[in-house]
Amino acid sequence: MNQTQAHAWSPDAVTREILEELRGEIGACMQCGTCTASCPNGFAMDITPRQMWRMVQFGMLDRILESKTFWMCSSCYMCTLRCPRGLKLTRAMGALKRLARQRGTWKIRKNSAFYDAFMENVEKYGRVQETSLMPGYFLKSRDPLLPLHYLPLGVRMMRAGKLHPPSSAQKGRLKELFAKVREMEEES
Amino acid sequence: MKYAYYPGCSLQESAREFDVSVRAVMAALGVELVDIPDWTCCGASAAEPVSALMNYALPARNLALAEQELPGLDVLAPCSACYLNLLKVNREVVGNKDLHARVNEALGASGLNYRGTVGVRHILDVLVNDIGLDPIKERIVNDLGGMRVSAYYGCQILRPYEVFDDPRHPVSMDNVLSALGAKPLPWDMGNKCCGASLMVTHPEVAMHSVAAILGAADGSDAVATVCPLCQMNLEAYQHDSAAGGHHVPILYLTQLMGLAFGLEEPSVLLDKNMSMDGSMRAGIRSRAWRHEAPGEGDETLARET
Repeated sequence: MNQTQAHAWSPDAVTREILEELRGEIGACMQCGTCTASCPNGFAMDITPRQMWRMVQFGMLDRILESKTFWMCSSCYMCTLRCPRGLKLTRAMGALKRLARQRGTWKIRKNSAFYDAFMENVEKYGRVQETSLMPGYFLKSRDPLLPLHYLPLGVRMMRAGKLHPPSSAQKGRLKELFAKVREMEEES
Repeated sequence: MKYAYYPGCSLQESAREFDVSVRAVMAALGVELVDIPDWTCCGASAAEPVSALMNYALPARNLALAEQELPGLDVLAPCSACYLNLLKVNREVVGNKDLHARVNEALGASGLNYRGTVGVRHILDVLVNDIGLDPIKERIVNDLGGMRVSAYYGCQILRPYEVFDDPRHPVSMDNVLSALGAKPLPWDMGNKCCGASLMVTHPEVAMHSVAAILGAADGSDAVATVCPLCQMNLEAYQHDSAAGGHHVPILYLTQLMGLAFGLEEPSVLLDKNMSMDGSMRAGIRSRAWRHEAPGEGDETLARET
């Protein structure tokens, strides 16, 4: 698959499956816009949540994947609480992030870098170790200036005694679970 | 009263003051907390964007351990994301035959199985509904003396599941604060999102929410919270001009309870709060707001002093 030729790209089976699941979940959306009006991060989105659900209904995969809308979801569940159709919209935003991750372009990897680093940290240590999570995130983001952004906060956290060396108490505890889930998700 | 305790990762790391004060306050109220043996991360809000199955399997593992090792006990989770993830398993996995089987197949890899019998409780739920406000009042030795506190609930303990409070107009924390002798201030930011992990992935976006919340808290002696990520987001950027230059201590509800119960260091660990400088710390210890000049603040308070 040649990533530089967007038009030559055809969605793989997993991508199609997530999109189908999403279309099922969002099918009843009546485009009232309550989600858009409820979203605290809507101002930073390029496509409003309401428009995004329409694009999901129409299966407009390319347009969906170009958007940064779902990366701006902070999982506050306000849209889910208020949706008059009772749709699980926050969960759908999570599914859109997974859908985009299947595509795996550089832009997407940058957006999912923190989630990926977080899960790698969980897999390694069993419990999240903040002092090794952040360097993992910096590496994945490939932004050399990013650590500088966190330097003042890191110093203040250190002064308040909030930073601790990684604990290996639960190290490797989730190895089997991660391996099994990976195996199951590759099968399906 | 006895609970299976799920501290969660943050409470072992940058939010130790929350863990320590929860344990101290619960002990003072005669509540026994038994740590779930061998507990691991619940996946926070990072599992869902990566793996649909992991999103359920990680929290389910901890419920399976509680079910097996501490039968009959409800799980108490102080952290908002942990609480929601654990609760989500009971609401979305249990009762969904296919998904439940898949989650148990995954757990089977480490010899575990979750039947779905464990109750999941948030600490506010336990404080208000199991312990009750009267026993809390009885335990007070040094009430908060009219301290003006803004109760910040955040998102995930209230939404999407309406369990112990109204997600539109939450009151549970305000009631606990009143019982402690504080003066909860009316504001409309209590259930607004602080940006959560967006503060890491897109800080310029989350900063808008943080600035709005801190701005609305002007005039408060403190903001009380029950979420480690809310606490971090609201206090970590107070030195940042993008956050609007508002300074206010962001304290865990259990730290304020500890102070009202007369517990001293190391039970409340006020030194770990980055939003506390020396004068704020002294103000909280000496109950500075009790001696404010008449005319400033509330009239009834002025009469009391």
